This record gives sequence, structure tokens and C-alpha cells, in this order.
Amino acid sequence: MRSALPAALLLALPALAACTQNATTDTSTAGGTGTIDVTATDTACEVSSDSAPAGTLTFQVTNGGSKVNEFYLYSADGKRIVGEVENIGPGLQSKLIVTAEQGAYLTACKPGMSGKGIRAGFTVHEPASGSAAPSTDQVLVSKAQNQYRLWVQRQADTLVSRTRQFVTAYAGGRDDVARSLYPQARTYWESIETVAESFGQLDPRTDAREADLRPGQKWTGWHRIEKDLWPQRDPSYTPLSAHQRQVYGDDLLDNVTTIRDGIGELTFTTDQIANGSSGLMEEVATSKVTGEEEYWSHTDLWDFAANVKGARVGYEDVRPILLGRDRALARTLDARFATIDRLLRQQRAGDGYRPYTDLGHTEVKRLADAVNALAEPLSHLTAAVLP
Amino acid sequence: MKLSRRGLIGSGSAVAGLAAGFTAGDAYAGRGDAAAGAVATTYPFRGEHQAGIVTPAQDRLHFAAFDVVTRSRAELVGLLKAWTLAAERMTRGLSAGPIGPTEGAPQAPPDDTGEAIGLSSGGLTLTFGFGPGLFRDDHGRDRFGLAGRRPEALADLPHFAGDQLDPDRSRGDLCIQACSEDPQVAVHAIRNLARIGFGTVAVRWSQLGFGRTSTTSTSQATPRNLFGFKDGTANVKAEETDALAEHVWVAADDDQAWLGGGSYLVARRVNMHIETWDRQGLQPQEDVVGRTKDTGAPLSGGTELTPLDLSARGADGPLIPVDSHVAVVSPERNRGARMLRRGYNFVDGSNALGGLDAGLFFIAYVRDPRTHFIPLQHRMAGHDAMMEYLRFTSSAVFAVPPGAAPGEYVGQALFT
Repeated sequence: MRSALPAALLLALPALAACTQNATTDTSTAGGTGTIDVTATDTACEVSSDSAPAGTLTFQVTNGGSKVNEFYLYSADGKRIVGEVENIGPGLQSKLIVTAEQGAYLTACKPGMSGKGIRAGFTVHEPASGSAAPSTDQVLVSKAQNQYRLWVQRQADTLVSRTRQFVTAYAGGRDDVARSLYPQARTYWESIETVAESFGQLDPRTDAREADLRPGQKWTGWHRIEKDLWPQRDPSYTPLSAHQRQVYGDDLLDNVTTIRDGIGELTFTTDQIANGSSGLMEEVATSKVTGEEEYWSHTDLWDFAANVKGARVGYEDVRPILLGRDRALARTLDARFATIDRLLRQQRAGDGYRPYTDLGHTEVKRLADAVNALAEPLSHLTAAVLP
Repeated sequence: MKLSRRGLIGSGSAVAGLAAGFTAGDAYAGRGDAAAGAVATTYPFRGEHQAGIVTPAQDRLHFAAFDVVTRSRAELVGLLKAWTLAAERMTRGLSAGPIGPTEGAPQAPPDDTGEAIGLSSGGLTLTFGFGPGLFRDDHGRDRFGLAGRRPEALADLPHFAGDQLDPDRSRGDLCIQACSEDPQVAVHAIRNLARIGFGTVAVRWSQLGFGRTSTTSTSQATPRNLFGFKDGTANVKAEETDALAEHVWVAADDDQAWLGGGSYLVARRVNMHIETWDRQGLQPQEDVVGRTKDTGAPLSGGTELTPLDLSARGADGPLIPVDSHVAVVSPERNRGARMLRRGYNFVDGSNALGGLDAGLFFIAYVRDPRTHFIPLQHRMAGHDAMMEYLRFTSSAVFAVPPGAAPGEYVGQALFT
């Protein structure tokens, strides 16, 4: 985690520092239309209008069926996703906000979240009189926002399922399995760490290291269990009982599930995406490349790679916008990401990465140099893609 | 140009000099108030030679060595251009980048880190050097098409008896010597230059120094090193034009023409066994140095600036012991070789055993290390009584190109 902020301060922050809650009002910035209502059932996909003027479109999707549903806006050939909302439970609502240019599209509901879905044509015509057509930039911004939101949601879903596997193995006393699942599950935390950190209290409960604790603060979460699985550095350590294992494991799973559910409500602006990307590289620089994060297990390079991956996804998401504004910065970032990826590949072992303690000083220094080389230009991304 | 500082530092303490001499030049004042630059507290970055060599030694040092991490010659040249611009700005007391520490877009990191806001340049000089690794890497590869332009004399120093070098703080492909009367200004300069370099270079090691241990001008009083002795009395001084040409400046026809007007910089981190030294009697200390601790006069008599008389004998032998430091390194015992020393004291806190991690960060500028440094260091390592109290922990050598002319970047002649 970024730092051991006092809990009170975390609570005092605006509820979600890195992200914003889904706006409940239409946030149209160009063109603009009323909301298009979508009623999805297990067998039908009723869209209240089959056309809208170019600009920001808001699809209000209600799941009236019994299966979990999804809603998509595709390009006319059905190959390119323009926007998407997932995981709409029975009886629940969700919203897709997308900026669309004039042209032909397809809408689709996917009851049961599989198959091609129930599709229908959708036309975006010229903007309403008095409104300007959305610029290419606005379309790119909208696309970036939707893509990133979707990616974060998927990472969070996998985080929950992998954490469940991990907790099951750990609570069941299958330590070797738990030890191999630990860094795998953590990957899905670390790739969206800057988003997860925005959940105030939940972040320290989930990801605090022993050294982060305030006096009297109870230590829970990943690293508490990490120490129990790899206690070698503490000769006086008393292992947790089977009951305690269950309690700590369930608590971890509960917390990541709550975070996942909260992430489902978030949207991201392009500067938040860029800030997140930059923030993930700061995580690498302060706690991963130093070998501090995984003090007991030494699986720091898994976290390192996951942070870099999250930073890369955020960057690539806003890259089309950047290309129109600062091509030289994009070129530099492309090259620096490539360098750090190459160095990380050299550290691969089996299905993961070498233990941090196996790395020599020269290897660590080389990684640290690559982190600096990337993080410095990446710190200019936010200002470059500001809305 | 340098008039305001001479009398002040020569007659009083450096602190008094700071207080009296550096109040007029407000840092970054150039942006809004050109008149503030009227008081001469800056040294021009451009000139025949780089500043920071014969410039009267400032009191504080931050020295950094870099590894070049790019394979692109164009990127390397681009960095030297960017460094030249930033260095010229900072030596004028301006911010590192043209926007400034607080004037930029709120979402963008500022192009200057800001800790020098409100400080004068303190006579900041930034001196750049090229290490042997720039010409060929450790695998012998000609990285940037420069191998044919490496001067013969630019080679890693040989092992000297007593060397216990830390490889992670020795050598380097590039170096920057930042000197200022204000430590924060020197650190600010290295920090901002390193930041500009990320991705093209990586900091390999850096060293802070305080309390210049040499005088480079006859206007300066001789300072003391951490042994408590005056150091650098016999230094080549800025005013000795002929001696500089003979011992410090590389001539264009010495070897590679691009280095004409430049010099070689030898850097050695010399740890002193401080606590052991402090237990030596005054007389034994003076015998080790060859001078009195009080005035710095040679043990053969006179005052500080009296020439050594190595032949003067007392009842028990030479007044200046043959194994004393001044005798071992004296020009007359070393084929007349002299150097321009520009070292600094350092204290990096204490070591794991509670002793001071301290000593001398030795910097010397010479015309050719093979004649002006290596033989002296071998003699010292083999014969100098002072060696008992020294441990050499870092070593590096750099070719220091001549000064950049207007419109040029530093070291341009090497690349064209």
C-alpha cells in the first residue's frame, strides 16, 4: 500500500479519492440526449429508442429477468465494443455512458453473460440542433473511460475468485497450495492497487504490512496470512490456530468482495486513469523494487509485474488521446514500458517470478533504473490527457 | 566578476561570506528583476574552460557519477544539450526548467523541484566529465561510435596498494561536479540534472562534501582537512597561468583534439581512520604530514608558504621525514608533477561500529593522469606514513571537456 495513513485521515478523505461514483444525472458534454432506457430480461432486450443524436449517450439498463445480464454497444459489424456494462444482477440497474459519433451501431443484452446476445440496430444521427458533434477527442475519452472501467471490474472479479481459492486452501491447512496461490491472487490486487486504495479503511485492513501498523491496530489481511505461511524470518513466531486461519481468511475474502462490489460503482476520468497509472509506478518504486512489500514471502516481483501491468493498461487506454496531444511523450513511454517488460521477462521462473532475495544488486539496480526511466515521463501523462 | 567574494572569504569565515556576500542575488530573480543579477555571485557557465576547476573553490560539493543506460547516441547528445541548458540556467540562479517550480500547470510535475527558491546560486558551478565507459563498455563494445576518440590517458586507474574500492561507488560513464557556497543549491542542481537524465542515464553513485580542502586561488586562505591540518598549500592556483598550462589544461595536440582546453578529473574517496588518528601525539601527527598543525609551515621551518627544504637535517635525520606526506608527494620528488586539487571533506554519518564514516573526497584536475597522478599515488601507497590512517573506498577518472562556447552544448566537440 502507498503509506500508513492514520485511519482517521483516510476516513476524512472524500469518500473515494481516486475515483468518482457513477453520476446519477446525465453528464452529457456534447450533443446530449435524454436517457435511453433498456429493459433486459432472460429473453428480450427492449431499448426505448433505436436512435439518438451524436454526443454523450446514457443507457439506463434494468435487469428484469432472473439471470445476471450485460449490455453492450457495438460497432455496426459487431466486432468492436464501444461500451459495455457487466454483472447486472436480477432486479438491479446499471448505466452505460458513452460518447458516440454519428454512425451505425448494435445494441445487445447478454442474459447469463454468454453468447452473442440479443442484438438490435442502433443509429446515431447528426447532433441536435445547436449542439456540436462530439470531437474525435471526446469519443476517444469516452472509449478510454469505458475500457478502463471494464478492465478494473474484471480484475476485481478475478481477485475475488482467486482470493476465495487461496483462503480455502489456507484455512484447510493445505499450506503448499496456499503458498503457490498467494502471489497469484495478489496479482489481481496489485494491478488495480491505486483503485483498491481509494476504499479508505478497507485498504489497510486488507494490505497493511506489519511495519505500517499504529500502536493497538489489529493486523489483518494479506500480509498477516503471508507471515503465517512464511514465518522463517521470525524465530519466535507462534503459528495461527486452525480457527484463527478461518477467521483471518474469511475477513480477507469479505474485504476484497466489498471492494469488488464498490469498484462496480466507479467510473474513471482520463486524468484519474493516468494518475492511477503513474501511481502504480510509484508503488513499484517505493515498496516493490526495494523488496519491502512481501517481507515474508519474497514474492515482490509478482507484485512489481502486476503494478507495471496495471500502469500499462491505464496508459494504453489513454494513449490514443495522448497521440493527438503529445506524440513524443507517447513514443518515450512506449519505449520505457518495453524496457521494463524485457527486464521483468528475464526474471520469470515457472509460472511466476524469482524470489526477490535471489536477485543480485546489479539486477535490482537495473530494475530500479528502469522504474525511474518510466516513472519520470509517466508523471507527465496526467497533465497531457486532462479533459 | 568574482570581486565580492575575495575579501570576504579570505579574511573571515565562509559563513560570514555567505551572510554578507549573497544576500543581494535572489534566486530566480532573473525572471522578474534583472537588476538583482548586478551583484556578482555567479560564474559564467560558458567559456574557454569549464567553470569549477580554477574557480575559487566553493565550500560545498555534490558530486555524481552516472551510468549511461541508453544505446542511442542521439539520446545521449540530447541529454547533453538538455543538461547544458539547465546547467546554464541554474548557474545563473534560475530554475532548472523554463517554467519554474510553481508556475506550471497544476496537474503536471514542476520542471524545477523548488528547494532552491529564494536562494542565490552561491557561486554554483557545474562541471561535466566523460568516463572511460562512455567510449567502450565493460565488454569492450564501442557503444556510441566514440572508441576512436578516446584519449589514451582516459583509462580506469590501476589498483593501488591500500585500495579497498566499493565497485558500486567507483567509476562512471559521466560525472557532474556541483559546487556552491550553499549545500542546498549544489544538491538541487544534481537532483534536477539527474531527473532530466532518467532513462538516458542512471545515477551510479554520488557524494556530498563540505569544507573545501584546497585553495584554487591565492585569494583564499588554506582550509583544513579532517586530520586537522592545512591542506593544499602547494596547489596549482588560478593565478599561475603557466603552471596551469603545464600541469592542468590538456593541449589540443596532446592526444585527442576535442579535449584541448579540457582536463582530467581524478576522484578518490579516502576514508580516514579518524579515531585512531586522534590518539596520535601532536609531534607524530606533524611527522606524518610534514608540516606543523598550527600554521602549516613545513617542518624544515618558515611559514606556511615557505618552500619545503627536504635536505634540512636535524639531530635524528631530515627535519621533514622522508616518509611524511609532503615529502612523498612533493613535486621535486615526482619529476616536477603538480596537480590542481579541489577536494572536500565528507562525513557520511557513522559506520556500524560507531566510528565516523569520514574522510577526504579527493578531486584533482591534471593534464595527464599517467604522469601527474598515477606515479604519485603509487609512491604514496608505497611510502607515505599517512597510508596507515587511510582507506581508499572509491575511485574514478573522467575526461573533462573544454568549456562550451555560446550556442554549443557541453562536450560537443567529442560528438562532431
